[in-house]
Amino acid sequence: MTSEQLEEYLESILDIETMDGIAKTSAIAKCLKVAPASVTEALQVLSEKGFVHYEPYKGATLTDLGREMAQKVKRRHRLLEVFLTDVLHINRENVHDEACKMEHTLSDETECALCKLLKAPARCPHGSLIEACNRQVESCSACLAGKEPSSSCSRDEPLIPVTSLAPGQKATIAFIRGDNSVVQRLTDLGLTIRTEIQLIRKAPMLGPVEIGVRKTKLAIDHTIADHIFVTSCGEKAR
Amino acid sequence: MSGCRDCKGCMSPVPLPEPKDEYVVALAGNANVGKSATFNQLTGVDQDIGNWPGKTVERAEGILQYRGQRIRVIDLPGIYSITALSTEEQISREFIAHDHPDVVVNVLDASALERNLFFTLQLSELESPMVLALNQMDLAAKKGIVIDIRKLSDLLGIPVIPTVAIQGKGITDLSDAILSAIVTRPRPHTLPYGKEVEDRIRKIMGLLPGGVAGYPPRWTAIKLLEADSDTVWEAKKLAPDAASAAETFRQELERMHGEPAATILSGERYHVAEQLVSEVMEIRTPGDHEISLTERIDRLALHPVIGYILLILTIGGLLVWTFIVGAWISEVLTAFLSGIAPLQPLVKGSVTDVIFNGAWTGFVAALTLILPYVIPFYLFLALIEDSGFLTRFSLMLDRGMHKMGLHGKAIIPLVLGFGCTVPACLSCRIIESPKQKFLAAFLVTLVPCSARTIVILGVVALFVNIWWAMALYLFDFLLIVILGRLAFRLLPGESVGMIMEMPEYHVPSAPIVLGQTWQRTKSLIWIVLPAYIIGSIAITAAYAAGFLEPINTVLSPITVILLGLPALTGVVFVFGFIRKEMTILALAALFGTTIFSTVLTPVQLIVFGLVAMLYAPCISTLLALAKEFSWKQALAIAALETGLAIALGAIAFRLLGLFM
Repeated sequence: MTSEQLEEYLESILDIETMDGIAKTSAIAKCLKVAPASVTEALQVLSEKGFVHYEPYKGATLTDLGREMAQKVKRRHRLLEVFLTDVLHINRENVHDEACKMEHTLSDETECALCKLLKAPARCPHGSLIEACNRQVESCSACLAGKEPSSSCSRDEPLIPVTSLAPGQKATIAFIRGDNSVVQRLTDLGLTIRTEIQLIRKAPMLGPVEIGVRKTKLAIDHTIADHIFVTSCGEKAR
Repeated sequence: MSGCRDCKGCMSPVPLPEPKDEYVVALAGNANVGKSATFNQLTGVDQDIGNWPGKTVERAEGILQYRGQRIRVIDLPGIYSITALSTEEQISREFIAHDHPDVVVNVLDASALERNLFFTLQLSELESPMVLALNQMDLAAKKGIVIDIRKLSDLLGIPVIPTVAIQGKGITDLSDAILSAIVTRPRPHTLPYGKEVEDRIRKIMGLLPGGVAGYPPRWTAIKLLEADSDTVWEAKKLAPDAASAAETFRQELERMHGEPAATILSGERYHVAEQLVSEVMEIRTPGDHEISLTERIDRLALHPVIGYILLILTIGGLLVWTFIVGAWISEVLTAFLSGIAPLQPLVKGSVTDVIFNGAWTGFVAALTLILPYVIPFYLFLALIEDSGFLTRFSLMLDRGMHKMGLHGKAIIPLVLGFGCTVPACLSCRIIESPKQKFLAAFLVTLVPCSARTIVILGVVALFVNIWWAMALYLFDFLLIVILGRLAFRLLPGESVGMIMEMPEYHVPSAPIVLGQTWQRTKSLIWIVLPAYIIGSIAITAAYAAGFLEPINTVLSPITVILLGLPALTGVVFVFGFIRKEMTILALAALFGTTIFSTVLTPVQLIVFGLVAMLYAPCISTLLALAKEFSWKQALAIAALETGLAIALGAIAFRLLGLFM
């Protein structure tokens, strides 16, 4: 199995899993347009490599390792889509297929440069959220100012966009994406790094999200909330 | 409420300050913590109170008469930070630094202590004498929050007074604390930040000869570190050493943390606030009674389906209630007033007759046309505001407002606009970006205010039918959406998303709701009654003297040829510019009848209503726009709307003429 195939499998399992909870062989086969038999074979390989939990006749779910890998590819895919649309002005219908081919060959360095060039975009042209990168940083300021970020180590825990939390779920802010003005506005209202917050509710149709922080409730526009990333079991404040 | 009687040590007996002409006290604090309520309790002035953040848009002033002292109290706009430079933040910061109030009273929401103390820390860096009013103690108690007042006072080094301003609790203690603070000038302790930041602040302070531009040294050092553009600019002239050292330190800090220095400092402030809270605050019971009430209401009010139904019912109810109750009051008043003296808008007889008839017509028109509709509207509005529902509308409608380049907060000015356009324009200040603020103000001028509603009711609904009046209303909403979308595309500048605090619901208090309604009605009476009486005299007199013909002749190409209206309406529109309802008055006075269907055809009535609804905003709105933005922008709005009204009126005249 080539690394390209592997990444395609992980990506489609992530998509199907997000929708259905578990990725059935038939669903993966349909998504990737391959025979169910080859899917079964591939899932066994992925399971041996520790990327998925696979139960025959039931389907597959991603392991932490597999999820990290899948999200990384997804991030590259969506960044490339933004690049193709906004910079190269390629027709929106074609960018998905183009990005699908390019995503597997992108290096970390190019990914980072792309993110900088596009000023850390929040969403792809089709409206899906772009995951944060996994560098151990608290904001984008160093990258956007053209300096080396203070840390190039990767995170131990995966970042979750606050908008993906379930209503009532608590989490700790780990990273705020975007330029200084966004970060400052949120910081002044008490949304500082390492603060525990609670998602209270999400308004329908990508409306604002209501977040509980420091005993107050804030309604925050979806486009701003997209910039807030949390870890669900973060360490306690300093 | 134990008040300060428990801590005898800190301030009793109250030392009285030397009688001076005037002491100045400023109220500062986060939005929606009860500053205006505190202000009203202290001064007896009726400042608007509403349960939504950002309501105090202009600083209000009042006098506190206490123990023979006369103290000027200033209510500053509510802000969350003095970091970024919004208009409100600038007003507050400059007032405290340059006008040197004798005492700054920092009003805090005790139920959200951490966030409020963040602001207290920033405020204390301005080094004015300070008193803390820990408000909404009742709400905190309901949440099971217990605060050690004495300890907080010791840690901060300034008096802390617990209050429930809405019920007037703790106000006497606060007044005592203010008086004694005028004498003792208690200044807050400097609470040090983390070592790496604190060391750098001290080093910069060492290089500063004093403060810069009237600000104290520590504040200046912090602002230099945060790269605050105004401070850096001033410091480069006065203390170039400090400015360049601060720049180096700032870069060091940013390298260490990978965050902009202003964000690092905000983080530090929150860290200090967290420590303070952990020392003085305890949560006894996992308070959930009242919280769950807010949560329970929100489950309905913010429900994806039920929420929108409630919203439509509320706004629809607001309008229907206004019309039904308004019509009833209007009827009663008309019957009563016509019993006193008959309405004779006919222009005949001696000079005194003309003046008396004019004045009486104006008085009756104001009383029967304006007040009946304005009072029920403001009453209902006050209920929505005070309970906290208005902010939920913002959240629910945020998505829709995006289509016009606005966000949910803009719904507040737009709803206020149904009452009177002037305060609605001023309330656009709650919107952050200049582009969105202007856009919102522009759309507010198109919202049918009570005056325009009256014109539509009095001309179209009464003499054509109610459906045409509704159609005009709907057309206006449609126009707002279309023009909003267009203006959003055409205007330069960026649109930013909404961040808004959601206050807890509370049962509206009768004195506040009634007070608010009366206050708003009163301010309208002051404008409307004289304008009506004088305007009405002027119209009848000018007509009797034959001055109006030239105006009508000049405007007749527009009124007669384009709009198909009688030439007399030219002068009607001119008077409508003073106030929109004056068009009805002028119409009645000039045609000598209040039964407009006898002098105008249905098409003419509809066209008249349409044009009156849309053409240039009234003079008070124009002044408000000029003050908030610029004369250029205000006149541009007026010109655009007048042009639009004429164009749409001309089209309507021709289209309606085909089948009516």
